Amino acid sequence: MPRPREKLVRRDLRRLSLGLLFISPWIIGFFLFLVYPVLSNFHLGMTRYSGFGQPEWIGFRNYEELFRDPLFWTSLYNTFYYVILAVPLGVAVAIALALAMNQKVREITLYRALLYIPSVAPVFALSMMLIWLLNPRFGLFNYLLGLFHVPSINWLGDTHWSKLAIVLVAQFGAGQIGLIFLAALKAIPSTLYDAASLDGAGPWRKFWYITLPLLTPTILYDIIIGIGLGLQIFAPAYIMTGGGPLNSTMFTALYIYKNAFEYSRVGFAAAISGILFVINAALAIVIFWSAKFWVNYHIE
Amino acid sequence: MSLMNDSVRSKLAVPGSTWRLNPQQMVSRIFLIGMSLFYISPMYWMLVTALKSDQELSRFPPTLWPYSSVWQNFDQATKTFPFLSYLENTVAFAALTMLGSVLSNFVIAYGFSRIKWPGRDLCFYPVIASIFIFIQFPVNPITMVPMFSFFASLGLVNSYIPLVLPTFFGNPFFIFLLRQFMLQIPTDLSEAARLDGANEFQIMYRIILPLTRPALVVVALLAGVGAWNDFLGPLIYLQTEKLYTLSLGLQFFKTMHGIQFNLLMAASCLVVLPVVVVFLFFQRFFLEGITLESSR
Repeated sequence: MPRPREKLVRRDLRRLSLGLLFISPWIIGFFLFLVYPVLSNFHLGMTRYSGFGQPEWIGFRNYEELFRDPLFWTSLYNTFYYVILAVPLGVAVAIALALAMNQKVREITLYRALLYIPSVAPVFALSMMLIWLLNPRFGLFNYLLGLFHVPSINWLGDTHWSKLAIVLVAQFGAGQIGLIFLAALKAIPSTLYDAASLDGAGPWRKFWYITLPLLTPTILYDIIIGIGLGLQIFAPAYIMTGGGPLNSTMFTALYIYKNAFEYSRVGFAAAISGILFVINAALAIVIFWSAKFWVNYHIE
Repeated sequence: MSLMNDSVRSKLAVPGSTWRLNPQQMVSRIFLIGMSLFYISPMYWMLVTALKSDQELSRFPPTLWPYSSVWQNFDQATKTFPFLSYLENTVAFAALTMLGSVLSNFVIAYGFSRIKWPGRDLCFYPVIASIFIFIQFPVNPITMVPMFSFFASLGLVNSYIPLVLPTFFGNPFFIFLLRQFMLQIPTDLSEAARLDGANEFQIMYRIILPLTRPALVVVALLAGVGAWNDFLGPLIYLQTEKLYTLSLGLQFFKTMHGIQFNLLMAASCLVVLPVVVVFLFFQRFFLEGITLESSR
């Protein structure tokens, strides 16, 4: 008869194998769809490969070429430009939406639905719509701006505005994250606000000293998601501008796509993907590390 | 069913609100109406543009409501591209994605929440970390080049397999969502069944599955909408027109008849409409379900 200790170990082992059995699809998927392609990016990145035949080993030549390729740097610049603009704006818009969705009016569920709907609508359809909405000659947007005496702007055809137009499209999808902020708002105990009221704090002070600090975990989540989405931005640029005008919306993801699937430079595209992965991972680590300085985990 | 609904509804409920017309509420309403109008404007404009005649389309300033609604635009749009065949493809794609997502993520999340095994929580970190890459799922710019080569070497390009297969191996968002939900179910339920001699699969199927159903509906809805809205995946993997999804069909339509914006918008409306209908039908699941995610 086994002693209790051995029995415990055996039970642990049984549970371990059972647990691993249940999560086994994820383990397979993790290695097949994540670890393998990420490593393969670095491997393929050292080859010349057209997509047909055998990849030819060329060492670091792709990376050397990349560093001298102005379009690669442009694509990185555009991507960072987008992320730096879209992420903070996205957080602000999502919080604004959550505050709106948190208003105490009877028909609030109607407004919640209306603010949320665009975030489930397909981005590609929204992008096509915006081509028309932002049309310099017939577009509604310029007409409305014209009412305020703003001169006509060629949003998608002008290098100054094209990235902004794509940042704008993304803001229509803020409803989803807005709902998560709403739940976070609801989780803030009302006693905190009552106490602040007794101390004579107005709505503005309450927002800065109670609401915003207690939303920081959700803000962290939104920043992480926003950076990931921003670094991978593809569809709106592909549909609305195709990377133009003058490569002003040539984002890294689009440049990867073009190299791999239009110019048959698969090895080169893999090298860029590898770099994008490193940037993505580095930013994630930095953001998580920075969290201890500004995220408030104690909601009491 | 009640598990989510009670807890979440009480969280989202609007306490003691009535149709009062006090000044503060009126200010709120003005803001809310303004924001809602702004958010709904692209879809409104899509519909209005779809209903305009060619002449009215080129009018400036643009008319905010069509003089005479040209409903034939919809008819013509569906004739200009094989809408029905693309619709069929997209529905099948979405259905398979829903199936894969519900099956795999349910079982995986079960393993991460209902069985206590050594190293479980440690193993969950890679799931969280992979959210970063899988923010676009199943195809994303970071992994798409090697994955394409992989599927090409198996001769599976120009089929739905590369788009659907990954959904059968779990998605970190959904694992997370379901795990959170399952952790809230008391462990006593499983223990009691275990004492009665039920094995893990019976517990999962008979006890946990019925209790997790609302969260699974949320997963199915989000996965289905995700497939419907996927653009990059079909763009890369589907090459013959016969296999196109609506997202590709619309892009194809744009390159062929890009100047006829009324027809393009009519086609866009038809693509967006099913999503809106699904949303309206399952509004509660969308609006309450997603907050499951945040109750970390």
